[in-house]
Amino acid sequence: MGRSVSITVNGTTHQNDIEPRTLLSTYIREILNLTGTHIGCDTSNCGACTVILNGSAVKSCTLFAVQADGGEVTTIEGLAKNGELHPLQEGFWEKHGLQCGFCTPGMILAASDLLNRNPNPTEQEIRRGISGNLCRCTGYQNIVKAIQYAAGDRS
Amino acid sequence: MTTSAFEYHAPSSAGEAVELLAQHGDGAKILAGGHSLIPLMKTRLARPDVIIDLGKVQGMSYVRDEKGGLAIGAMTTYYQLESSDLVQSRAPALSDAASVVADPQVRNMGTIGGSLAHSDPAADLPAVVIALRASIITSSSGEHRTIEADDLFVDLLTTSLRSDEILSEVRIPAPAEGSGSAYVKFANKASHFAIVGVAASVTLGSDGSCQDVSIGVTGAGASATRAAAAETALKGRKADDDAIRGAAAEAAAGIDFNDDVHASGAYREHLTKVFTERALKAAVARAR
Repeated sequence: MGRSVSITVNGTTHQNDIEPRTLLSTYIREILNLTGTHIGCDTSNCGACTVILNGSAVKSCTLFAVQADGGEVTTIEGLAKNGELHPLQEGFWEKHGLQCGFCTPGMILAASDLLNRNPNPTEQEIRRGISGNLCRCTGYQNIVKAIQYAAGDRS
Repeated sequence: MTTSAFEYHAPSSAGEAVELLAQHGDGAKILAGGHSLIPLMKTRLARPDVIIDLGKVQGMSYVRDEKGGLAIGAMTTYYQLESSDLVQSRAPALSDAASVVADPQVRNMGTIGGSLAHSDPAADLPAVVIALRASIITSSSGEHRTIEADDLFVDLLTTSLRSDEILSEVRIPAPAEGSGSAYVKFANKASHFAIVGVAASVTLGSDGSCQDVSIGVTGAGASATRAAAAETALKGRKADDDAIRGAAAEAAAGIDFNDDVHASGAYREHLTKVFTERALKAAVARAR
């Protein structure tokens, strides 16, 4: 019972026949082999699977891939351009915004949605912006600093 | 987790969606933002044979003026609601609630129609539509029906929508002169679902008396409900702190409280009174 979908991921359009029950996270990881998108809780709590769909951060474990048919997806693999890290990636590097790194792709993509909507967030707005993402190393202080760095505070 | 297999339809118009629903009946489920339905399907609590996805239907996502009140398309997301100036000015309780549903990613996908049609006992918006006395417009083959918010939530995950009906629009009446509304909740720390949430709307006369009051409670029982005894206790009285506290003490009347791993029934009863007091105070502050 395949269904044909056309989904643009990181600028490349993919045509695939998939089962309708294929989750977007499964599609990205197992069909496109882009394993930077992590699956943590699989219950839309932890945010590790966050990707950008048509400009907004979403939890890819709670979407069927067919819902993204005709849409544009950005995963962590699509952020760096021409070998240059995205400011958020640079921020996580500079401010030690990761420990084990499992939550990092989702954190960065949730933060990119936040900064698109609010380029100069307060610390409280940053914490609210990543409230859908859990870091089990509890490294939130440096994650907040990394996002502040990307927002232009290079101190 | 993988859901059970289903036949998938993505109609491009509301008319086509209604025809598909008529054709497939009870075995079909409507997919809106999916943030209530997909988790249920992943745990296999729901196993629909057919999914009708409204995601490709144009024109179901809007907030617009309706006789000084609001008409809101069923596919309008929480994010659209929380960032709408029109919602903020005419239905502040809805603005409050939409901004505290789960987290930003969920608010980007979850919709007002999906939330109301699902009647999750811990969802935020059901309390708000009761407090704001909203009307729910449904579409089925060749007809529309209006359901008052009080009549929509029947039981746990059960509404008065028929299996051939799509929830298409939510209408909120124009706010009266001197009115204010607010929503507050005690949230589960992990999921941000309401353990108890209370929405209140009050209208004050020029002498500060409470001319009208409407209170919706969610999270407390099997489905959202009206705190009628608390309303009766406040109506006609001067809306000061004593009167509000007295009214809030009546908020638990008639509710059969949920008792689960998140909170005991007795604790939910306590929270219902405390959060009714807070919601009323916030609504009165906005009404002044």
